[in-house]
Amino acid sequence: MVYTPEQQPVDTAFPDPMLPRLYRVEQVRREIRATCTLALVPDNGTTAFSFAPGQFTMLYVFGIGEIPISISGDPAQPHLLVHTVRAVGPVSQALQQLKRGDVIGVRGPFGSSWPIEDAKGSDVILVAGGLGLAPLRPALYALLSQREQYGRLCLLYGARTPQDVLYARELARWRGRFDLDVYVTVDSASTAWRGQVGVVTALLAKIPFDPANTVALVCGPEVMMRFTTRELQERGLSAVHIFVSMERNMKCALGFCGHCQFGPTFVCKDGPVLRYDRIQSWFGKREI
Amino acid sequence: MQTLEPILAAHPFFQNLDPRHLHLIVSCASNVRFEAGQFIFREGEAANHFYLLRHGTVQLEIFVPERGPLVIQTLGEGDVLGWSWLFPPYRWHFDARAATLVRAIALDGQCLRTKCEEDHDLGYQLVKRFAHVIMQRLQATRLQLLDVYGVHS
Ligand SMILES: Cc1cc2nc3c(=O)[nH]c(=O)nc-3n(C[C@H](O)[C@H](O)[C@H](O)COP(=O)(O)OP(=O)(O)OC[C@H]3O[C@@H](n4cnc5c(N)ncnc54)[C@H](O)[C@@H]3O)c2cc1C
Ligand code: FES
Repeated sequence: MVYTPEQQPVDTAFPDPMLPRLYRVEQVRREIRATCTLALVPDNGTTAFSFAPGQFTMLYVFGIGEIPISISGDPAQPHLLVHTVRAVGPVSQALQQLKRGDVIGVRGPFGSSWPIEDAKGSDVILVAGGLGLAPLRPALYALLSQREQYGRLCLLYGARTPQDVLYARELARWRGRFDLDVYVTVDSASTAWRGQVGVVTALLAKIPFDPANTVALVCGPEVMMRFTTRELQERGLSAVHIFVSMERNMKCALGFCGHCQFGPTFVCKDGPVLRYDRIQSWFGKREI
Repeated sequence: MQTLEPILAAHPFFQNLDPRHLHLIVSCASNVRFEAGQFIFREGEAANHFYLLRHGTVQLEIFVPERGPLVIQTLGEGDVLGWSWLFPPYRWHFDARAATLVRAIALDGQCLRTKCEEDHDLGYQLVKRFAHVIMQRLQATRLQLLDVYGVHS
């Protein structure tokens, strides 16, 4: 089976990809510390766009700046554009301050997406670390919406502490399903936590899988992805069955400026979802 | 009486071990069970055993003054608990507590050490298997130390 990241066609209904469309904040949900989920709807006259799981947009807070953020909502509900943002600097902090009714600019959707179509007939393992669950959530929605098309589905999620488990309520719901295996682990916890403690790679040892018929979707901090891909390969999974979502600083998001270059690839255009064999030799290189 | 040999052979830790060695080891093995909340061992105590977990969850804990006990790792079915019995001064470095009902095979460290001295092939097999477990835990500890999910600015 050959799996490839899906490249999405350019949206011709909105010809200038450098121009932001206006979106209004419909809902702000406080998640774990310094993190919120914004649900946006098209503002007066703006047309909504559809997106594929794994794609991102450029969110523009007027007067402050623009940053790439993955879409974390359901691709079957494109009228509600959902993003989960952690405050690390000026723009992401400004996004945290937004209230219902505020208007921001949105460009996109950009980039490649998870191989949801190609994975049909295979087992799928999703490995998420920290905020990396956000870009994987649309993939899980898509997989579950056509559950019968896939073999075994398994979500492995690692967070820092029990207080840092993102989408905890939804994870609990998913865990209750009979057709999805969910394992959650944290790096450290007090004795009040009844769940797993240990790194996310240790969870891989708990699940049996047939490397020939399994595809792995991995998203999290780069070091976590390095350890995870190594472990997956040790378990027999070929690099062409492993997909990672990369993050690099961006400006144009259109493959023009070179800001997001990672080895021979432009993360904004060729990625963010990349098949691991394409970037394996660049992964973990200090100079990159 | 049913021997523990087939159970030992089926545990991932002893996968593909020469039956001759299994036969030597089984005389050091016993069935144990711990109730939820019960300590299996505590930091500083003599490390006389290691455990092949068959059922349940064990928390490895470390007590940090002013923060209380912290869980640093959980182990479950198929895992091996404890390697301090292998290295002098044979003392536990952490607390291990059963988080649920735990069923395990306990292996007597002193008994095994004697057998390993008598049969270095067996000693090599055991040390090799423990080295692998220790390597995996070391990698995991490094990843935990990196605090990869924290905000680093
Ligand atoms: C394709 C893509 C998808 C992304 N998806 C999400 C998402 O879903 N949710 C989200 O919260 N963020 C996401 N990011 C990261 C987000 O774009 C950055 O956090 C943001 O650009 C920071 O901008 P700022 O102005 O707030 O802070 P800056 O002033 O740009 O940065 C502040 C500090 O944060 C650090 N930083 C910047 N970017 C990152 C990063 N990617 N990871 C870790 N530290 C960083 C900087 O080194 C600096 O120390 C994504 C990035 C890319 C490329
Ligand atoms: S952000 Fe400009 S080329 Fe990728």
